[in-house]
Amino acid sequence: MIPELGNFSLILAFSLSILLGVFPMIGASRQNQLWMGLARPLTAGVFVFLSISLAILAYSFVTDDFSVQFVANHSNSMLPLRYKLTAVWGGHEGSFLFWTWMLGGWMLAVAIFSKSMPTEFVARVLSIMGLICVGYTLFMLATSNPFDRALPLSPADGADLNAALQDFAFIVHPPSLYMGYVGFSVVFAFAIAALISGRLDAAWARWCRPWANAAWAILTLGLSLGSWWAYYELGWGGWWAWDPVENPPLITWLLGAAMIHSLAATEKRGVFKSWTVLLAIMAFASSLLGTFITRSGLLTSVHAFASDPTRGVYILGFLGLIIGGSLLLYAIRAPILKSEFGFGGWSREVFLLANNLILVVASAAILLGTLYPMVYQAVTGGDLISVGPPYFNTIFLPLMGILVLLLGIGPVARWKKTSKAYLFKQLSKVAIAAVVVGVALPVMLTLGVPVTTIIVTVLACWILFSLLRDIQSKIANKPDVWSGLKSLPVSYWGMQLAHFGFVMIMTGGCLTSIYSVERSVLLSPGESAELGRYTFVFEGTEDVQGPNFIADEASIQVLRDGEYLRHLYPQKQLYTASNTPATHMGIDGRFFRDLFVTLGDARNQGAWSMTLYIKPFVRWVWIGSIFVAFGGILAVTDKRYRRFKVRQVQRAAPVTNTSAQPVVEG
Amino acid sequence: MKAHRKKKLSIILFIAVGLSTAIGLSLYALSNNIDLFFTPTQVAAGEVTPGQRIRVGGMVKEGSVEHNQDELEVSFVATDYSHDVQVFYSGILPDLFREGQGIVAEGMLSPEGVFRASRVLAKHDENYMSSEVRSALESAGVDVDAMPAGAY
Repeated sequence: MIPELGNFSLILAFSLSILLGVFPMIGASRQNQLWMGLARPLTAGVFVFLSISLAILAYSFVTDDFSVQFVANHSNSMLPLRYKLTAVWGGHEGSFLFWTWMLGGWMLAVAIFSKSMPTEFVARVLSIMGLICVGYTLFMLATSNPFDRALPLSPADGADLNAALQDFAFIVHPPSLYMGYVGFSVVFAFAIAALISGRLDAAWARWCRPWANAAWAILTLGLSLGSWWAYYELGWGGWWAWDPVENPPLITWLLGAAMIHSLAATEKRGVFKSWTVLLAIMAFASSLLGTFITRSGLLTSVHAFASDPTRGVYILGFLGLIIGGSLLLYAIRAPILKSEFGFGGWSREVFLLANNLILVVASAAILLGTLYPMVYQAVTGGDLISVGPPYFNTIFLPLMGILVLLLGIGPVARWKKTSKAYLFKQLSKVAIAAVVVGVALPVMLTLGVPVTTIIVTVLACWILFSLLRDIQSKIANKPDVWSGLKSLPVSYWGMQLAHFGFVMIMTGGCLTSIYSVERSVLLSPGESAELGRYTFVFEGTEDVQGPNFIADEASIQVLRDGEYLRHLYPQKQLYTASNTPATHMGIDGRFFRDLFVTLGDARNQGAWSMTLYIKPFVRWVWIGSIFVAFGGILAVTDKRYRRFKVRQVQRAAPVTNTSAQPVVEG
Repeated sequence: MKAHRKKKLSIILFIAVGLSTAIGLSLYALSNNIDLFFTPTQVAAGEVTPGQRIRVGGMVKEGSVEHNQDELEVSFVATDYSHDVQVFYSGILPDLFREGQGIVAEGMLSPEGVFRASRVLAKHDENYMSSEVRSALESAGVDVDAMPAGAY
């Protein structure tokens, strides 16, 4: 009975979102205050019913209601409570409900934090999000209802949650990834509302920016948590594999990064308007494409959900409708979005444009590599291929190199016009220092000339020094350093922090791929293996009993230069309900390097195969992404988004009229 | 106005040149980095050039997994139930590697017809069969949908 209530509540959410998608939208175009006023209450209603649905699904997990098919497939009475709760998003149906609930959450947030925007605009934005919600809820009701029952033959116990998902990172990775992903639909709705109303001015950009930054920052966290999870749970010693399911969020992330930079130019200088809108559409479309790829099962990947062709067809149809519809709207309406056009060759606008170009090209190249196997198969009639990491590295790394080179100049350059002499004065010493330190450090540390490392360290120093130089010149005319630092706006700190984090990711990622070493060995108890400065002594295994698994736990003593460092305890687990093996890594994580041991299989006389890894700087990738995300969040909290809002609305009013004029004429 | 036009044109040219260079380079990189997929039947028919990096997919034949007791080396037979490929691998097999389970092996065929894998992939959802393995089995005439769920 209870699960049926969940289903009923989902149907109610579906019906309310239809109302939300229709009435406020019509109301906005007819200036009907009553209908526009429906947007907020309807949004709240959609969110409430989605929440009830989600809560009931969670309740079914907690109470072990195995008559619900989804619960039976993804839970087990022995599963610890925290994993029962997270099993809600442990499979296709539940994760899609969770995803839709996230959309409801973003809609509610827009409804609450939009007091300063005109009613008409809010009505349109919420209405568009309501239409997206219609698509999602209909998808669930039609093809993947989490409340479907397995009656009358319901199983006595569940098949258990996938062993690789019984892990802390899995508790936090999908929520943050989904939240970031879904957040792009807010920006999409803003863009479409701007296209419909023909209003796209500095005020619009200012309303839009915090949402874009927030969604992007949260997506950053989600991506890096996913990478962290893959690193320590899947046990292949890597942190990024260019897997077809990892790629779409990265594409969305890159397009999102391009969009928040382009939005900055739109807000400050009124340029790149239609380009910003196009990026918002593309970022949202890429998030849908990611959904399609994960859930259609068309591509082979570690993430793929068990697939069902009707789902793929539905999502593809939805994707076509959204992209086709919004691009059509864009083609009709974009010409009225007149951009200002006045900036010199070395202005910040030009650097932002270059940033956008590089990011968009990078995402297009990744998209090409991801979809190529599908296209190739369709064209050649069945020949299967896969595109390997070398392709992605050849394209992505040089592009990021150029991006980082420009990243040193962009923030220093001024809006509209920068003299070359000024840039030279600001950056010549920075460039010299970067080259000197960047070459000296690796040469001194390795006593050789490692060319790739030198390129990485020079680029890293270049950004770091130019960042410090920029802060220094910004506070130069303040009485003392402290008051100078305090006078810099929060969003400026957000930007610098995010840039610093980005360079940290780049440096960590490059250095770890250059310097990681690994060795697979077969060790009997008492035997040891050397790797680099470290000796790993295998002391044998013992049986360990977990709540829903049994495991062999190896005890490995690690010595550095012959001195005792610590013990590592990797496990080989067997989840009893599903009879699935899983590996628990032994990791010693430090700021400058990780030691990583993964167990293989048991052989004669207690011998085990295992792989030992030393991974220098790998942690920088995740620490860097925390900086990036924190920088993005910091930018959202900037006071000016609140302080100027009221004034901006008043001032924007005449601007609206002028920019809307062509519509009236046309 | 004219200066604006000129600037616009130069930006558009800049974008066009950048984009086409990038696309050209992408396609070039792509042509060098695709791994073709072969079924055991195709391997047996001699369609594979030895030394070329390829992927082979199939089921791990029951009773074919041999762990060398003194070395790390593992060998197993990948099959599509009409032809077999002997695969050698020295490394740690993925958790879900099991007899009777679909896998994809990445590596090279030696001139003697032995496949040396550099990577072995198995799915982490045991109800899910990779589209590659599925098509390998289907092209060998196996009715995949009739197989019990636990078998792949």
